[in-house]
Amino acid sequence: MSETTKTKKIKPPITESLLTCGHRACSGCGESLGAKLVMDAAGPNNIVTTATGCLEVFSTPYPESAWRMPWIHSLFENSAAVAAGIESALKALGREDEANVIAQGGDGGTADIGIGCLSGMLERGHNILYVCYDNEAYMNTGVQRSGLTPYDARTSTSPPGTESWGNQHQKKNLLEIAAAHNIPYAATASVGYPSDLMSKVKKALKIKGPKFLMVHVPCPLGWAYKTELTIEIAKIAVMTGLFPIVEMEYNKVTRVRKVGKNRRPVEDYLKLQGRFRHVMTEAGKIELEKIRLIAQANIDKYGLE
Amino acid sequence: MRKLIEGSMAVAELVKLCRPNVIAAYPITPQTHIVENLSQFVADGELKGEFLNVESEFGAASVVLGASAAGARSYSTTTSQGLLLMGEVLYNISGLRLPVVITCANRAISAPINIWNDHSDAMTVRDAGWIMLFAEDNQEAADMHPQAYKIGEDPNICLPVLINMDGFILTHAFEPVDIPDQKEVDDYLPKYKPSEFLTVKDPRTFGMLAEPQWYAETRYKLFETHEDAKQVIEKTADDFKDKFGRYYGGLIDTYRLDDAERAFVAMGSLIGTLKDVVDDLRDKGEKVGILKIRSFRPFPKEKIREVCADVKELIVTEKAFSFGLGGVLQEEIRAAFYKQKHQPTVSGFVLGLGGRDIPPATLINIYNGSKGKEITNAFVDLRPDIAPGPFSAASVKG
Repeated sequence: MSETTKTKKIKPPITESLLTCGHRACSGCGESLGAKLVMDAAGPNNIVTTATGCLEVFSTPYPESAWRMPWIHSLFENSAAVAAGIESALKALGREDEANVIAQGGDGGTADIGIGCLSGMLERGHNILYVCYDNEAYMNTGVQRSGLTPYDARTSTSPPGTESWGNQHQKKNLLEIAAAHNIPYAATASVGYPSDLMSKVKKALKIKGPKFLMVHVPCPLGWAYKTELTIEIAKIAVMTGLFPIVEMEYNKVTRVRKVGKNRRPVEDYLKLQGRFRHVMTEAGKIELEKIRLIAQANIDKYGLE
Repeated sequence: MRKLIEGSMAVAELVKLCRPNVIAAYPITPQTHIVENLSQFVADGELKGEFLNVESEFGAASVVLGASAAGARSYSTTTSQGLLLMGEVLYNISGLRLPVVITCANRAISAPINIWNDHSDAMTVRDAGWIMLFAEDNQEAADMHPQAYKIGEDPNICLPVLINMDGFILTHAFEPVDIPDQKEVDDYLPKYKPSEFLTVKDPRTFGMLAEPQWYAETRYKLFETHEDAKQVIEKTADDFKDKFGRYYGGLIDTYRLDDAERAFVAMGSLIGTLKDVVDDLRDKGEKVGILKIRSFRPFPKEKIREVCADVKELIVTEKAFSFGLGGVLQEEIRAAFYKQKHQPTVSGFVLGLGGRDIPPATLINIYNGSKGKEITNAFVDLRPDIAPGPFSAASVKG
């Protein structure tokens, strides 16, 4: 470096976040933001498990780790079971007061391949908060369809074509599947509403027993939108009724985020994302109507009007 | 105290004496009696620890993985399909270097479904990075548990151990078994104190992504540790002998092998039948002995060569094989002598699959039929219409 190009060394800002900066997530990544908010709300006295997926890959390339708390990744489908083992160990070793246990996974790792372990963990009553980061497809492997991919979305394994409009199944209602285990707390949240998300984490961690939190985390790469739109898209998803924000206690809905007069048409959400481009055409009008009905059904079901 | 008890109870008693903090299991025949007994111990307050009834063997292995990573001594037990369902986690446990102990009540694999004994299940995980021990009788199976924790938790080893005991033949057999006192076991097996575990007092990251520039080294370290474990397994058995007065071999054991010209090679409860057969053959003047493989992983090839230095013919009798290859133990024994000065003739027999009985007459037929020959992949006691030959069922009866 020549004298002339030498610049004054600028110290990088010190982050106090428990999921520290410098990891390898894409710009605009909703999941990294979601996990950072969850960790910062939870505080340092937690032991964390994470399923295989983007979150694990971008945060722990050996020998670097972005986690400033005790953290373990084992496999794709066992985050809940590993957390159950940790929680049981803390109990058996008289270390219950040392830490809470938080298990994390993506939508595929939670709703599809990991649902057995999740169900077992919820049913046995472990004192664990399970956080599912829902970006609505298998992003780490290249945007393949999961059980939480929304209706008509284009993924690399649910492409639209002459015989298909994309993913022809609706999102599995994972919130209610979790709540049906009669657990004390199950809720949805969104990175579009960070203070709501953080207060839900804090609330959940005060409750003893199994807790489930599903966080909607847009993915610019998988959903095909501009990276600066993550928060806006997350908010619009909620305001259309396509991602309802709901709290449930012992399998009963106790609180919802009303859409009310802020309600937005589903087109506002769909048109920003390449994964729905085929729907936003003249030929896609019938499909658009179906998506409207899905949003309306959510609004009616949870009383979001 | 010496008790006449079922093999599963003997194992449960010794597991209890190891003071595991966390036990997770899923029921599967013929492992069930072990977990039933352990759950009763916990219910009665005799065993202070967490007992988890989980949703699958996959879940059981994952729970003990998490518990071990958090610093707990953890235990599970399974068999057959359960072991296969655990498969992915088993590799993960060894990769994370967690000293979990799992008992496998060895059983055949489906299809067709069969709940009886053979070693097909264990052979499917022979490359999973676990130390794999095979027990001959119920006393040895029970005593293997404190030994397994001592081996696995050795700070220079940090490896999981799979204890293999033949389903039904051992798990459901009543034999007199010496159950040691708690104090004796405590003296032999100190508390588990890992140097690294999940704690907020010293936050660490476990289970990171290893890219191509790192992954191979982790595999090499695992390979190297298996070599190191050979000595630890021997020492652990010696220490056990000093403390409890019982010894079943370290990596291997031998029976009447000193002046033997021929030797049976086997693992597990078949050793017991072979001992009777060898005694009978010795009475008739045959110079025959037994090489018992106690540690299948690490595979003790040096020790095998050492004790077989004067043996001319080895007769491998095994309850598993690899499709498209043949007897696994047969091939590994042959490989152990590759390019060595002394190369005994190695014959291999597959028998006892899916719980088929192995009477002494079968073993004598094998002994006589292989004399002076090199036989490969001979399936023994099959129906003659399906697999005719000198070792078919008819030839034994005839």
